[in-house]
Amino acid sequence: MPTHSFILNGTKVSVDVEDDVRLLWVLRDVLGVTGPKYGCGLNVCKACTSHVNGKAFNPCSVQVKDIKATDEITTIEGLPATVGKDLHPMQEAWLEQDVAQCGYCQPGQIMNAVARVNQAKAEGRTLTDADFDEIRNICRCGTYHRIRLAIAAGAANM
Amino acid sequence: MTATRRPTSHASHPGDEPGRPLPYRRVAQAPDGGIEAATSAVDAEAGAAGDRSGVGRRNFLSWAIAAPTLMVGTSLIAGTAHPQPADASIPAIPEPADLFDLTDLLDLAALPTSNLITITVDEAGNATFALPRAEVGQGVTTSTSMLIAEELDLPLSKVKVSLADARPELLFNQLTGGSSTTTSTHHAIRTAAGHARVRLIEAAAKKWGVPAASLTTSNGVVKSTTGATASYGSLAVAAAASKSTVLQVTLKPRSQFTMIGTPQNRVDALAAVTGRKTFAMDLKVPNALPTMVARPPTINGKPKSVSNLGAVKAMPGITDVAMISTGVAVRGATFGQCIDAIRALQVTWTAGTEDGKSDASVFKELKNAEIPLIVPKVPVLTKTIEGSFKFNFRSNSPLETGAAVANYTADGVEVWGCFKIPIVLAEDIAKKYNLAQHKVKVHVVEGGGSFGRHLFSDTALEAVEAAKAFGKPVKLMWSRTDDFRQGRVHPAATSRVRATYLLGNVLTYEQRHTSISTDYTHGLGEMLTAFSAKLPGGNYTFAQSIFVLTQTVSYNYGVTTQLLNEVDMGFNTGSMRNIYSPDARTAQELITDQIAKVAGKDPYAFRRSFIKNARGKAVLDKVAQVGNWGRSMPAGTAQGIAVHNEYKGWCACLVEIDTRPPTINRDVRDAYTGPRVTKVVFAVDVGLVINPKGLEAQMQGGIMDGIAQTLTSSLHLKDGYFLEGSWDHYFYSRQWNVPPEIQVIVMPSTSNTPGGAGEFGVAASMAATACAYGRATGVMPTEFPINHQDSVSHFKLIPNVPSTPQSPTDGLIHDISD
Ligand code: FES
Ligand code: FES
Repeated sequence: MPTHSFILNGTKVSVDVEDDVRLLWVLRDVLGVTGPKYGCGLNVCKACTSHVNGKAFNPCSVQVKDIKATDEITTIEGLPATVGKDLHPMQEAWLEQDVAQCGYCQPGQIMNAVARVNQAKAEGRTLTDADFDEIRNICRCGTYHRIRLAIAAGAANM
Repeated sequence: MTATRRPTSHASHPGDEPGRPLPYRRVAQAPDGGIEAATSAVDAEAGAAGDRSGVGRRNFLSWAIAAPTLMVGTSLIAGTAHPQPADASIPAIPEPADLFDLTDLLDLAALPTSNLITITVDEAGNATFALPRAEVGQGVTTSTSMLIAEELDLPLSKVKVSLADARPELLFNQLTGGSSTTTSTHHAIRTAAGHARVRLIEAAAKKWGVPAASLTTSNGVVKSTTGATASYGSLAVAAAASKSTVLQVTLKPRSQFTMIGTPQNRVDALAAVTGRKTFAMDLKVPNALPTMVARPPTINGKPKSVSNLGAVKAMPGITDVAMISTGVAVRGATFGQCIDAIRALQVTWTAGTEDGKSDASVFKELKNAEIPLIVPKVPVLTKTIEGSFKFNFRSNSPLETGAAVANYTADGVEVWGCFKIPIVLAEDIAKKYNLAQHKVKVHVVEGGGSFGRHLFSDTALEAVEAAKAFGKPVKLMWSRTDDFRQGRVHPAATSRVRATYLLGNVLTYEQRHTSISTDYTHGLGEMLTAFSAKLPGGNYTFAQSIFVLTQTVSYNYGVTTQLLNEVDMGFNTGSMRNIYSPDARTAQELITDQIAKVAGKDPYAFRRSFIKNARGKAVLDKVAQVGNWGRSMPAGTAQGIAVHNEYKGWCACLVEIDTRPPTINRDVRDAYTGPRVTKVVFAVDVGLVINPKGLEAQMQGGIMDGIAQTLTSSLHLKDGYFLEGSWDHYFYSRQWNVPPEIQVIVMPSTSNTPGGAGEFGVAASMAATACAYGRATGVMPTEFPINHQDSVSHFKLIPNVPSTPQSPTDGLIHDISD
């Protein structure tokens, strides 16, 4: 079985697993990192959203062989460390707004929000309603309204 | 919580003259044994406004139990005050749900069979409690923690509520459904917490040699008049049961609440935002490897044979393959490899239960089964207003797909998952495998949403079957496509309404709801058996009982009849969030707009003059005022207004919608955009509000469901299976459908009994959205969702063989918004 290496939440990891296994299952089933959730396996629901080199992506739709040894994968578990804190400002905003209901979609929502705010900041702009309208993450509990409030509040502290 | 409370603040001490309320009273000696003393608690305000049936007025028994630290048990059964509440509280007059609704029934069915639930105070001063209910996002662990914190005078952070394993002795006291949790448990839980507080005070009084009545409690500390303090933790051992005493506890009156009614964040919020919240598939049960099932191409087909079982078993990562009753189960190192195996399997299948059926044939079936409307005897000049409405199938699937962990060994069966009726599952497993009941352990895990889905434990039964076939533990998960195509659906239905109107009065209102059969075999049906005979009118089927118990006409519409007929048992249906109400209410509110038109009245003014009671009028007025009802709006946009009453509560919703072409034709990739709700104002009165912040969240979620059900979300049946296979096919509300403005107004508490909340927001928002759409377009919508005929052209069909699609591989080249 081939060995694959990458940097996961700041630590170098190596796993023995077939090339074509999607990264979501490498994270969850092989490495036991369960923050990213399965909601479709089709790059649709966005429950698995994590970061590769700071950019949001969906590990359910990436083969482990396509991840390079130098790639930095960040899951919700590793998000606070990216700002050197116990909680990322976006997570704090989420708590403040009491966004989560069942919570299943929320790791993906937060990871998406952080990447989106960082991208907008890099472009020198702030998020608008039009940006919110583009977020594809499903929340079957319907927490969308508080998600909008939390992203706006979290962005202010990033 | 900072308020300080004396035991005498709402009660007096033993020895005072009779007739005054006591915090606790020694009544009798109990024999020696583990259970030491019985107490009963009375709600200081029980019987006040809102307790129409008397069901809310309860005496609860509670016991101090011999244990290393303080443990108080209480029963979910009301005590002697109402030995036969069911007989006493069902008046035989029309509209039974007005007087006795589903909440009462779930409540009553729990009465004769429950056993103890316990609160323990440990040496760290934490109060722990295992709730015999499921947490699926509706916030019951938070509201229950608040009840305990209130009566114990303990900070919320020191209350730890977990979910109880299946406890067969609780029987139907362990059912999470019909938004009934808080209504059916709050008195008992408060009683136990109040009793625990009394024991802590007694322990401190003994320690200090002072009268208990001189002591106060706040923030988890007992204080004396001389300034001595003792934390609950330091008293937990001394307060443990040691002598036989019977006590009577008086609950805090509403006027002294410092926790109940205040906005609190969820107790599980931190776990949710850090990814630490543990769902079934996150459990680390040794050797429980990923397991999935290859499923039939059509609904409820069964596997006949597999031609390449050996070859599939040899695939990378795969450890086991076996035919089970629902399909072919595969177990492997990763779920990804299970999907590969499913796609490689060559299986022949039997026909399904709905082969050849389509939306068109289902609605034909429904039409043939409609109970006729009776032409009422009404004076000439009476105007008749009629409507016939179609409601398509909808998916019950939460975001977390079907999931259960199971182990089957010679020692018995162990299962983990989110089960709303774990006892029925435990019994089903014991019966199926001929095991003693104690050999079946069912653990309840928090669920990633439910919406009625987790009333059924079919995933767990499947997991047990696979674990037995493999002789190994399994972590079984359904694929997303499985959930849409073989999962539970909200039944398709029609609703016909006929009303008659003469000179300012509605003389008659008839509604005939005809539905694909709703499956109540999850246990709710059995629970109803004992009680359905007692319902007004009697002799209803289970489904008709539920219908009668949940449906009301919110307006004074003269002679009113609402009937249900059901056909076709072949679908896997379930009672999705709020069962019949959203559809039935939408039909009623659309017709109400039509009656108002005939009467020449404004929709709000008309509703206001016909609404049945003051609480209804209050929520209606609130949304009209806050939402600026009647403001002038451009053509193609409009307001809609609707009310709903159920679960001992009233709510109203005002919606603004935009149906103009630039909005309808917005372009979002792989999405259905359509009309957009631009504003929602929602007012809710649930009786007693426990946590306004949680209540607001539940209404916000219900609003998203209501909008989706009116505008976008449905399943399309064709050739015996549902075409939807992805969230990009099943158009549940996404951010581009979310109203930019949403305001939820929590009305002040109007009673001492908390009503249900989990499902309460759907019906009024679905109805108001439909009414707004009708007013914006000038055409009353008659099929729901309104995009149903069109939406199927908006997605690319996933083939039904193999049953689970392969995951994409291009996830690195997509842009962030993809
Ligand atoms: S599981 Fe990855 S997008 Fe749905
Ligand atoms: S909080 Fe349940 S799916 Fe989003």
